Amino acid sequence: MPIRKVMKANEAAAWAAKLAKPKVIAAFPITPSTLVPEKISEFVADGELDAEFIKVESEHSAISACVGASAAGVRTFTATASQGLALMHEILFIAAGMRLPIVIAVGNRSLSAPINIWNDWQDTISERDTGWLQFYAENNQEALDLILIAYKVAENEKVLLPAMVGFDAFILTHTVEPVEIPDQELVDEFLGEYEPKYAYLDPARPITQGTLAFPAHYMEARYTVWEANENARKVIDEAFAEFEKKFGRKYQKIEEYRTEDAEIIFVTMGSLAGTVKEYVDHLREQGIKVGAAKMTVYRPFPIEEVRALAKKAKVLALLEKNVTFSVGGALFQDFSRALINESEKPKIVDFILGLGGRDVTFKDLDEALAIAQKALNGEAVDEVNWIGLRKEIL
Amino acid sequence: MAVRKPPITTREYWAPGHAACAGCGCATALRLATKAFSEAMEEKYGDPNAFAIAQATGCMEVVSAVFPYTAWKAPWVHVAFENAAAAASGVEAAWKKLGRKGKILAIGGDGGTADIGMQALSGMLERWHNVVYLMYDNEAYMNTGIQRSSSTPYGAWTTTSPPGKYSIGEDKPKKWVALIAAAHQVPYVATASIGNPFDFVKKMKKAAKVDGPAFVQVQCTCPTGWKSPLEKGVEIARLAIETGVWPLFEIENGDIWNIKIQAPGGGAKVKREGGRVVAIEFKKPIEEYLKLQGRFKHLFKQPEAIDVMREQIKAMWRTIGVEVTLPKPEE
Repeated sequence: MPIRKVMKANEAAAWAAKLAKPKVIAAFPITPSTLVPEKISEFVADGELDAEFIKVESEHSAISACVGASAAGVRTFTATASQGLALMHEILFIAAGMRLPIVIAVGNRSLSAPINIWNDWQDTISERDTGWLQFYAENNQEALDLILIAYKVAENEKVLLPAMVGFDAFILTHTVEPVEIPDQELVDEFLGEYEPKYAYLDPARPITQGTLAFPAHYMEARYTVWEANENARKVIDEAFAEFEKKFGRKYQKIEEYRTEDAEIIFVTMGSLAGTVKEYVDHLREQGIKVGAAKMTVYRPFPIEEVRALAKKAKVLALLEKNVTFSVGGALFQDFSRALINESEKPKIVDFILGLGGRDVTFKDLDEALAIAQKALNGEAVDEVNWIGLRKEIL
Repeated sequence: MAVRKPPITTREYWAPGHAACAGCGCATALRLATKAFSEAMEEKYGDPNAFAIAQATGCMEVVSAVFPYTAWKAPWVHVAFENAAAAASGVEAAWKKLGRKGKILAIGGDGGTADIGMQALSGMLERWHNVVYLMYDNEAYMNTGIQRSSSTPYGAWTTTSPPGKYSIGEDKPKKWVALIAAAHQVPYVATASIGNPFDFVKKMKKAAKVDGPAFVQVQCTCPTGWKSPLEKGVEIARLAIETGVWPLFEIENGDIWNIKIQAPGGGAKVKREGGRVVAIEFKKPIEEYLKLQGRFKHLFKQPEAIDVMREQIKAMWRTIGVEVTLPKPEE
């Protein structure tokens, strides 16, 4: 029987790792995800998880050790955030290029400068072009579930890509919620033993991994990463379906909330989706036709699902905790790409908010709503809007 | 008819067909190192192939693994420039969990070890991974076109330490990574040279057989970067030993106070106290080593720079507890 425990998202991530039974974990502590390796080291110390836990000297070495271990053919795990993920940056490309299904739990946190330990999504968003799959959790249960699903997708033969699962710093990492811990037996059935087909360092079958490629081959190698990302679309749907069948919790790449007859749909990710759903309820009570959509999967970018969503609204209001300088938010770019050649498309208005852990309140959302309503009425509005900005201190 | 046993296995792991330059001393080092490793694995585990290699970016990496070809007959992985030690840590941990017997060999050049890879190396040694780290030291960034590294010796020309009106060439003394590794108190640390291949093989075998981390720093010549004759690599490396430029030593079980200095040969007089080398009187002047290499050519116009070099070499020997006399060439 699954058990329910009250825990932080960091603990949920550690539990997910325990259930997935990685053989090698390498981690370096960083706020806000320090509790993940702490909890895992307890599991290992108590013999509840039979794994080698490498206490590395940096995040760069954490991911490098994961690449080494994964290249040797075992399931691996690590956790990080912010500067730590940024320090891993170059190796993230390598892990994807070498097609190693490593899973990272990321406590989504802002990047310096100024140094700030609180939540936004700039860390994982900055890694969107590495080839890694990206999932974002709304709550602690999702943090646990999505890590299991990430392994399932990453290790699929048609995918073989690393995956990161983001959950918001402090809002989730340090906040307790009831979380259902699935049965180990069921997880074992769901994930199976990881048996690498191509990646191994076996003296009986020596192969060379991580080669140099001349211009004659590099592009094709990169294309296989593209292709694997494309393949992941279907594999993710299959994994979600199987997960629902086994564990009863339903996931979708884009989860819609009260989008029926909505004129404005707020689109967001992570824990902010919870706030926005409540905000939508609040507006619906006043008869305002709004809905919400949550991006559970950000890479591969769910283009078809975005197009389907776009058909349902006159305005898509994107709420983003990240910045792509001079452009807007990353979602703004991605949504534009998905919709540019559609014959009928809604207006897209971009909102940047909640950076560095600033609370996103109903008052902030009111500000966004007012702009979205102007757009709905055909009035001119800025494409990119900073919400909750304290102009008086600039 | 009796067949004489070869001095080292005829098995090859660094196979013909790699793209190293003619006369590459590092290719020689890697070939010998993997042979030695194989012998050690055979003696220790009964399986000559019981090892895997994690290698840093560098010239020996790019010349050996050009897709779709490989020069490696052993399981081999390359990740990046600075993380051979970290990647090897991961491989070793995975092997442990897989119950696979054997040892991991990490390979890095002086740039990937002494500079950008220093942190990962320190972490690997300190965590006591069952890995031998082999630093092939050709004393500059040769892969990127001969720029100085912290392992480049004083006075050497490189493209980023050019001699000029205000420059003598590289103006800092060489960083001795073996001594930094030794400070981690690991089971085995040694310096070696392709100028003494039998000693190198012996040390690699020893390193491969210890339980826990080991570090070997092997000097290998680079005709391209050193501007030296292709066929004189081993001769130059031997001169480095015989003139005092390159010390050969071993430090076992983390006992840095019990450093085993080897007699250099070349007519040098060695003074011992209680079995320990305390002084060496070298007979061959360092000029004999320097003159075969274009990278030191400019020094001969400024002999005082060579005297500075002599003082630095003495200081290095003093660090390891040996007073040396370095002769000047006869006028």
